[in-house]
Amino acid sequence: MNVAVCMKQTPDTEAQIKISDEGTSIVPEGIKWIVNPYDEFAIEEGLRITEKHGGEVTLISLGPPSVEKTIREGLAMGAHKAIRIDAPAVPSDPMVTGRALAEVLQEGHYDIILFGKQAIDDDHTQIASIVGGFLNLPVVTVVVELHLDGNRGTAVREVEGGHETVSFPLPAIISAQRGLNEPRYRSLKGIMAAKKKPIAVKTVNLEKEHLVIEKLSYPPPKKPGRIVGEGPKAVPELVRLLHEEAKVI
Amino acid sequence: MKKFESPDYYNVDDLLSDEEKMIRQSVREWVDEEVLPVIEQAYQKAEFPLHLVSQMAELGLFGANLPEKYGCAGVNNVAYGLMMQELERGDSGIRSFASVQGALVMYPIFTYGSEEQKDYWLPRLARGEKIGCFGLTEPDFGSNPGGLQTKAVKDGQSYVVNGAKMWITNGSIADVAVVWAKLEGEIRGFLVEKGTPGFEAPETKDKHSLRASVTSELVFQDCRIPAANLLPNARGLKAPLSCLTQARYGIAWGAIGSAMACYDEALNYATTRIQFDKPIASFQLVQNKLVYMITEITKMQLLALQLGRLKDQNKMRFTQVSLAKRNNVYHALQIARMARDILGANGIVSEYQSMRHMCNLESVYTYEGTHDIHTLIVGEDITGIPAYS
Repeated sequence: MNVAVCMKQTPDTEAQIKISDEGTSIVPEGIKWIVNPYDEFAIEEGLRITEKHGGEVTLISLGPPSVEKTIREGLAMGAHKAIRIDAPAVPSDPMVTGRALAEVLQEGHYDIILFGKQAIDDDHTQIASIVGGFLNLPVVTVVVELHLDGNRGTAVREVEGGHETVSFPLPAIISAQRGLNEPRYRSLKGIMAAKKKPIAVKTVNLEKEHLVIEKLSYPPPKKPGRIVGEGPKAVPELVRLLHEEAKVI
Repeated sequence: MKKFESPDYYNVDDLLSDEEKMIRQSVREWVDEEVLPVIEQAYQKAEFPLHLVSQMAELGLFGANLPEKYGCAGVNNVAYGLMMQELERGDSGIRSFASVQGALVMYPIFTYGSEEQKDYWLPRLARGEKIGCFGLTEPDFGSNPGGLQTKAVKDGQSYVVNGAKMWITNGSIADVAVVWAKLEGEIRGFLVEKGTPGFEAPETKDKHSLRASVTSELVFQDCRIPAANLLPNARGLKAPLSCLTQARYGIAWGAIGSAMACYDEALNYATTRIQFDKPIASFQLVQNKLVYMITEITKMQLLALQLGRLKDQNKMRFTQVSLAKRNNVYHALQIARMARDILGANGIVSEYQSMRHMCNLESVYTYEGTHDIHTLIVGEDITGIPAYS
């Protein structure tokens, strides 16, 4: 199987995000950059597919040379090679990224193309579908279980209140949800091997961004906690509030 | 729980390569997810968590700085040190296991073994299919290993070994022991396999320290081993001491890990524990302790890093390793004691880890050359006068 996994470099989930002075971007200094966690599920699934069916995993990421640091992290998991689509910065319009990825993916003739279901930084949740549109391929999103057999696949998707099992012809596009697998640790050998693996750099014509960030703002500060009473007497009121106000039970 | 981030007061991370940081991160995640959830119970029950061995092998932690040719990861010595740091942040017993397997079993086979011995043992030890131990210390010869009394006598196509070793990490679970014995008055190294008649390895019980690690005696009574099990290229006390240099190097890094774990715990506790209506971190006496901790951790980090860079350039001297082991373990122990102190009564229960590190470090302070012996090694180096002979 010829597998492609599209990945994005995102800030660490625990990074303290600061908005820059002009208000439309974040301050990159001091941020620890990681492989988008949902993309790690996609990489792991790609590795499992090639371990079972043979073939190679190619990582594809769009951005400036600095994203090669996280591409290496994907290679350290065991992916065979990578392509970086050169761009001065990661576009904020998913359509631009999607079109560029589709152009490069088209050349690779992949049997299956994996994405994380969304990037944890901008949360657009669009790329897999956009690429599917451009390549005219079936797209299965929010996948928690995947089986491939010959030229068809079966996937279990998360849907509201349950699961849905779908089948589809290959080639196809899959977006990975938490639960699809448990990504492996990067072994020391894998990390050492990663630095020798090729990262090809490709240039495509990036179109103009139609979606422009006007303003970034912080979420409202969290309201302070409330003590509803003490001891067993407080329990009915606590239960009522959790049910009616917080709506968590 | 918040993910662990190592304190880095002096931006020491800027001195590390991406690859070194990636190795540290991977071992850190493994320790968070696989070691920390089980280590307290293992320590309380005085059991080494044997199920972790295959995972450590999978990660490539055994003999990680030895060449790929033998199934090892071939990382540089700084990455190796960072790995030891992370393992000891989990527990000194876990780090000790990896130290012994790599520095005290794989290293002597790699350095002093025949090609056949290397080809057979190194890949199996790297894969964790075989566990090793290192027998140098004897009941009456600890700081003075040159006086060891275990003897080997050539008899046809075999050697017959008699004697006893003590304080041997991994002894009872080891498949192979690297045993140092005198052959015609000269110290030589032998590979003794588990199950060889005349070889027993009873476990040392009831320890107050390194409880999640196996410590044993090795007893040899007319133990007959094949002549091919002699390490051909190890002659004299220098050979086992060269292995100890490797292990002490890892310990100098490991101590940083336990110190970081204790500092992290003490700092979190001090900023959230309220007494007299304010966090105890607002008291000068507590701040003084926390500042001592971060100061010493920062110094330990820089000391270990430069030692590692020297080792990677083949410029490291064993006396420099003594200085680092002595300094880093001493201060890690002080930091662990202070952390336990800051934690108050909570510091004595297993919900908090500082006291476990503190108890472990009492062993680390003594093994692989006591604090005092390392003082004398450096003392001799700078004065030219040996104080122990």
